[in-house]
Amino acid sequence: MLYFVARRLVSALSVVLATLIATFALFFIAPTDPAAAICGERNCTQQRYEEITKNLHLDRPKVEQFADYTIGIFAGRDFTTSGVTQHCAAPCLGFSFKNDRPVTELIGSRFPVTLSLVLGYAVLVLTIGVFVGSMAAKRRGSLGDRALMTSTLVVSSVPYYIVALMVALYLTIVYPILPRGEWTPPSENFGKFIAGLLTPWLVLGIYNCTSYARYSRGSMVETLSEDYIRTARAKGLSDRVVTYKHALRSGLIPVVTIFGLDIAGSLGGAIFTERIFDLPGLGQLVLDSLNNYDLPVIMGTVLVASVIIVAMNFLVDIGYSLIDPRVRLS
Amino acid sequence: MSTPAPEDRAPQDRVPEDRKDSMAESAPTSADATADAKRGPSVATRERRQGSINPSGETPYLVVEDLAVKFPTADGLVSAVNGLSYSVPLGRTLAIVGESGSGKSVSSMAVMGLHDRKRTRITGSIRLGGDELVGLPENELMKIRGDAMSMVFQDPQSSLHPLYTIGNQLVEAYRVHHKVSKDVAKKRALEMLDLVGIPNPPRRFSQYPHEFSGGMRQRAMIAMSLINDPKLVIADEPTTALDVTVQAQILDLLNNLQKEFGSAIVLITHDLGVVAEMADDVLVMYAGRCVEYGTAEDVLANPRMPYTWGLLESIPTVSAASERLRPIKGLPPSLLNLPDGCSFSARCPYVERVKGELCTTQLPELLPVDGAGAHTSRCHLHAKASIYEAEVAPRLG
Repeated sequence: MLYFVARRLVSALSVVLATLIATFALFFIAPTDPAAAICGERNCTQQRYEEITKNLHLDRPKVEQFADYTIGIFAGRDFTTSGVTQHCAAPCLGFSFKNDRPVTELIGSRFPVTLSLVLGYAVLVLTIGVFVGSMAAKRRGSLGDRALMTSTLVVSSVPYYIVALMVALYLTIVYPILPRGEWTPPSENFGKFIAGLLTPWLVLGIYNCTSYARYSRGSMVETLSEDYIRTARAKGLSDRVVTYKHALRSGLIPVVTIFGLDIAGSLGGAIFTERIFDLPGLGQLVLDSLNNYDLPVIMGTVLVASVIIVAMNFLVDIGYSLIDPRVRLS
Repeated sequence: MSTPAPEDRAPQDRVPEDRKDSMAESAPTSADATADAKRGPSVATRERRQGSINPSGETPYLVVEDLAVKFPTADGLVSAVNGLSYSVPLGRTLAIVGESGSGKSVSSMAVMGLHDRKRTRITGSIRLGGDELVGLPENELMKIRGDAMSMVFQDPQSSLHPLYTIGNQLVEAYRVHHKVSKDVAKKRALEMLDLVGIPNPPRRFSQYPHEFSGGMRQRAMIAMSLINDPKLVIADEPTTALDVTVQAQILDLLNNLQKEFGSAIVLITHDLGVVAEMADDVLVMYAGRCVEYGTAEDVLANPRMPYTWGLLESIPTVSAASERLRPIKGLPPSLLNLPDGCSFSARCPYVERVKGELCTTQLPELLPVDGAGAHTSRCHLHAKASIYEAEVAPRLG
């Protein structure tokens, strides 16, 4: 087991390193000009442009720049612009001159929003999505099953941003049945925190429950026809125990994989949801940075997102081996 | 029913202390029972089992009467079992023989109540120890399943849950029917693992099925199905997924455990060698019906139905190694649309010896072969005995 974890950890770290190189290369080696981007379009003088280039060490070899960037992540670094020195502390992902703040700080302030959104979402899809899917699998072929599966197909064939926009427009503004999306830190006012996230949770959760219901239905249909399910019934176990203990454990394995990657992807920024419901999360940060050409922030978020994905993959692998003892051997 | 029994033993009460002893003494004696069946094909004489502990067949424990199992499908109604009747007393083994799709597994699944209620129509009567099972609500049936009757499945690889330890699965099986603590259940599980001959039970207890070999897995499966001391054990081709050397061990184990627990066994198989080794009574099934029924000696040594002859003829023999196998030509009829008359008529080589078109128009009754007695067969042929002696028996070698 320890060997298994260690091996997975090494491979996870090497993927992170590769991503680090790739993001760096993409933004600094590719034919874009970070200095010009920071300098801006309107009042950029040649002198200012050169100063930025020098301060950011953009005139130095790429390898050195990369080394600086990487060292900055572990040790922090200083940035000097217009005679002012800004310190960027330990996990330094660069400095956003547009916002005049270190990237790490920006991401740190936005991350709790995205995390809260995704956690609520995770709870919804894992409970409602998986439960509905299992129920449908148990009653497969019945009217309820068919109605449910048809409706999930209909819902998921409408693009998510349309659904979210419609709900935001009709249910929170035109007919204010649901509270409007807004961000309040839970430490400040827990009630407002919940209320502000309720609609985004429901929309994101229920929309994606449809695909989770279908994954888990498919997986459960297969599992329920396994011989060991018949054995479990032959033991005299109740239907409930057979379905939710014996079948669900095997049926969940493929769902866990999809879930891990889905959550990792959403943690990198639920762009549509955050935009539509006006939540200042990572997705909004990425959008704003793209609009502003704020390259250090874009690089930082891409790196963070990829680390999250790698970490979730690692967790999925570990989770797998906990659910399925046969994985531990290989 | 008259079964030559070298040893008349009443169903003994279980005494945990002498369990090992009784197993040890009964194991090597199975070879000296061959003297009983002198005639008939080699399968019947090969390794006759040593005799049932309940030869007279007192009150039957499992009584199946006129059982019919039908599945409505998109293509029509599939008649998997059509009016099957049999009975098994405690301590006796009934082998149900037939090819794939003859309804042997379906009928046993019906006894266990394992068919999906919504997709199955079961009629007739199944009585276990006098209690009717057909029509019993699920929650009542649940209490009987795994307790009074249990099942050993064909492929232990797929029939054991891959994600739970063997111990966990055994403990669960015990605790469904006994309100005891986990420790008590564990003790019982270890005892059972030991009883079925799994070495080092404490270590094996916490292992997963994939860490077991095929034979050990089937032993664990048997331990699990016997953990509640069931009076009826249905073994659905328990040795099919195992290799030949292990098969013999598993059959010995089942035989010995039956002596000890005194349970009734329904053994589903298509292997007549297994039948000869295990069965007291034999029921030959074809297209969802019983076509021949009798004691193992009757059916194996004096079969009175062309389908049984065909089954016996299609067994490869070592002495006739150079000869080609004699398969039964053709395929079983579609269960969606059973033919009129005898369902075997289309494949039967003796069909023209019956006058008129009786075979294809009228379903033969299941009648005693010699006018009376328990050996019955379903065939219109008149001189079944002489045809067998003159034509079939010489070919069996």
